[in-house]
Amino acid sequence: MRVAVVRFPASNCDMDAVTSLKRVKGAEPQLVWHEDPSLADYDAVILPGGFSFGDSLRAGAIAARSPAISAVREMAGRGLPVLGICNGFQVLVEAELLPGALLRNAGLKFVCKWVSVAVENPDTPFTRKIAKGSVLRMPIAHGEGRFYLQERELRSLEKSGRVVFRYTDENGVASRSANPTGTADNIAGISNREGNVVGLMPHPERASDPLLSPFHSSDGMMVFASLVGGGS
Amino acid sequence: MTGLESLRLGLSPAEIAAVRKRLGREPNEVEWSIIDAEWSEHSSYKSSKALLKLFPTKGKRVVLGPGYDAGVVDVGGGYVVTLHIESHNHPSAVDPYGGASTGIGGVLRDILSMGTRPIALVDILRFGRIENSPRSRWLFRNVTRGIADYGNCVGVPTVAGDIEFDESFENNCLVDVACVGIGRKGRLILGEAKYPGDLLVLVGGSTGRDGIRGAAFASKNLSKSADDDRSSVQVPDPFTKKLLIDSLLEVADTGLLRGMKDLGGGGLSTALSEVASNGGTGVDVDLDRVRCREAGMPPAEIMISESQERMLLMLKAGSTDAVFEILDKYEVSHSTIGRVTDDGLLTIRWKGAVVARLPAEFVVKAPLIPWPSKEPAKVRRATPAARTFDVGRSVLSLLASPNIASKRWVYQQYDHEVGLRTVLKPGQHDSALLKLPNGHLLAVKGDGNSAQCAIDPYNGAAGCVAESCRNVVAVGGEPIAMVDHLQFGDPSDPEVYWSFRRSIEGMADYCAGLGLPVVGGKVSFYNEDSASKKAIKPSPISLVVGLVEDEKHIVPMGFVERALSVVVAGETRAELGGSEYYRLLGALDAGTPPHVDVKKDAALYRAVLDLIRSGTAASVHDVSRGGVAIALAEMCLAGGSGAAVDLGALPSASKSVSALAFSESHGRFLIATDDPRQAGRVLRSSGIPFAIVGETGGDSLVLRSGTRVLSELENDVLHMSFEESLPRMMD
Repeated sequence: MRVAVVRFPASNCDMDAVTSLKRVKGAEPQLVWHEDPSLADYDAVILPGGFSFGDSLRAGAIAARSPAISAVREMAGRGLPVLGICNGFQVLVEAELLPGALLRNAGLKFVCKWVSVAVENPDTPFTRKIAKGSVLRMPIAHGEGRFYLQERELRSLEKSGRVVFRYTDENGVASRSANPTGTADNIAGISNREGNVVGLMPHPERASDPLLSPFHSSDGMMVFASLVGGGS
Repeated sequence: MTGLESLRLGLSPAEIAAVRKRLGREPNEVEWSIIDAEWSEHSSYKSSKALLKLFPTKGKRVVLGPGYDAGVVDVGGGYVVTLHIESHNHPSAVDPYGGASTGIGGVLRDILSMGTRPIALVDILRFGRIENSPRSRWLFRNVTRGIADYGNCVGVPTVAGDIEFDESFENNCLVDVACVGIGRKGRLILGEAKYPGDLLVLVGGSTGRDGIRGAAFASKNLSKSADDDRSSVQVPDPFTKKLLIDSLLEVADTGLLRGMKDLGGGGLSTALSEVASNGGTGVDVDLDRVRCREAGMPPAEIMISESQERMLLMLKAGSTDAVFEILDKYEVSHSTIGRVTDDGLLTIRWKGAVVARLPAEFVVKAPLIPWPSKEPAKVRRATPAARTFDVGRSVLSLLASPNIASKRWVYQQYDHEVGLRTVLKPGQHDSALLKLPNGHLLAVKGDGNSAQCAIDPYNGAAGCVAESCRNVVAVGGEPIAMVDHLQFGDPSDPEVYWSFRRSIEGMADYCAGLGLPVVGGKVSFYNEDSASKKAIKPSPISLVVGLVEDEKHIVPMGFVERALSVVVAGETRAELGGSEYYRLLGALDAGTPPHVDVKKDAALYRAVLDLIRSGTAASVHDVSRGGVAIALAEMCLAGGSGAAVDLGALPSASKSVSALAFSESHGRFLIATDDPRQAGRVLRSSGIPFAIVGETGGDSLVLRSGTRVLSELENDVLHMSFEESLPRMMD
């Protein structure tokens, strides 16, 4: 499977996404510069984490208007898998490929820590191989990850099962103390209506090598394995 | 002289006379400014160079030692690690956010200019007492935020640090940032203009009026009107820096770079004179080609501006197209400002005229200053009288004291994961541990202890190195190289200079005894409190890197398993001087501080590494701030299991419970093992005093003296003291 990893100026998790994807059999990740006009040769696209355009204006705001996003929009329209990780999630929201907004964390500080997230919707290309309710350990690292959506739309998002990842404690309970940023309903990741576009704040690419995990886990790999092996 | 006075030069009358004598003429305004920038303490090391020669700088892994933008160490498999440390003390004291940010910017450029990729940052910070000083909290909060906003954006993880709070830093905080880089041994790039005819290309940010005389600002005492010095602080731009890093690493990959130099203190003046002098050449530069942020900047200002995010490239004429194509892709601006010549001169043109012409060799060689030194009269206060002594309460107070308490509030604001290299993360163990592309791991840790250095700079400074080494050894690392940062008051004060000299001697002797090469360093003088006019406590810092060859050789710090024996390796002496316990009692300057014994330490490090590699040790932690009692508490907190320990069984000539519990004697480790006999054999054959002092298990830390229980503290209670202290003060 050919996976494009789009590199914006000051993306900084682009190589990390490539490295972790390479650990999955059958994945052929490729870095693509944001000004390259076409993603026609790719089966899926990942918008990586980082500080695209230095987070100028708002996180993701400028990247959402870059040439690559037109191509991403086109891929999303064709039903191909699109994943936004952290800053990539912010870009997808700014591009209105996903609903809502990502506000500054409650506490107004950048938060880098390992968290637990429950997979609530296994019907996306990125969660297909994960049982519903599974708790994954992954790190977060962001200053603007407090998901916000107007109450009515939030209810509809919840009802339609578009909350894909939710912050929980290690037992899968979405408690208040398990919410690292004050995000609405403990939401860590969502999908579009069709389910092929997914954005999440935690970093699955940082949770793919047991040596780098304080729990010697590699839960993030399941996200990429779902993508590559999703069709089988 | 009135013309000269208006230039606000930092040069002394003797230096001014030396300039006139050597040149045989009166330099013009631009020339004075160039010499002034390069002869500042910051750029010239004129007060320290002679003493820095004491450091051992050679070793089998050393590729390049001091004198370059970064030290270079061979880590095997064709890879090198580059190391550098910088401080931004004065800028951070007046503008903590901007000062700390640009401090990172500067050290990143030093690593980048070697053609190596920055892979980790380490911050060593010193502030006043945040418990009772709003100003210190303001400095601490904004320095942390500055480091976070800059480091997180450029995508270099901040993996370790060391923070000390002491009233001597109330108005002159210390903000040190070290950076580690990785690269290929055969692809290093140096800051040299070796080939006459090569083009000089200025890359990155524009040149503005920010950071004018920054190096000079760093080379004098902070004045009461320090707030007027904000214009000496550069403006941070991490986005441009990230593009510089990405584009210049891509440029370096082309093999077309003939040299590269960052623009730091002294700006173009320093960069141009140093590349010419290092390359044995001259340079001819047209300042009209320098892209300025505002119109009408006079040539002297263009030459000494320290605007951030700029690099100087040396390129072969005709090879620029491929390089410019890469820079254009990242929208990094570039301008060809001149050429390398063979005349040994720094020739500066502006509006068609030569505005400065100076011998490059002369500019980079400021006359050294042999300052007098004098040992201060000993003012030794009596050991604090024993009062009602409660071990448990003291342990909890120490755990909550800012110097020992969890620094989670700080490191959680830093991205310490980006790059997929961070195996041991902040708060997890004694050092950070990074995965290298050659399959090995690199341990990194920086340390300092101004309280002990203030009483005994020789042992205090050597002790900083000892602590860094212990931290590296505890994660299984063999110490392979060190960089230092020496921060003191005004060198013209003989007592300050004495403490400077003794600190260097202490560090140098320790490194020599251990065979640990010093591959780089930095000196920062004129650190004194603007209100009290007192110098900061002597603050030498060491940063040590160590190599772990196999990931299997990592054992945790905490007590994870139950029913293991707890072994103490090394002797506890009654050395409470400068300890956190005495700080708690308000008697920091009383008593005897720890002294170092490098011979014993070398044997100890070998033995502990042996115990780790052989699998005998299940967990390892070094003993430092707060002594054995705090080290035990930290192991309970890190692993989750409790422990019961007899302090009376520690190898020690002292019977004092406070010394046994809280003395900060060097050369000690705590080890949990299921094979205490084997551990004993290894330690005994290395000549290390040791004892089996207790056992892991339960949910509390029980400290005894013989059969008498001194304290019993549940892990939850330890946790509250340790974790809640900083957030309570800061949020």
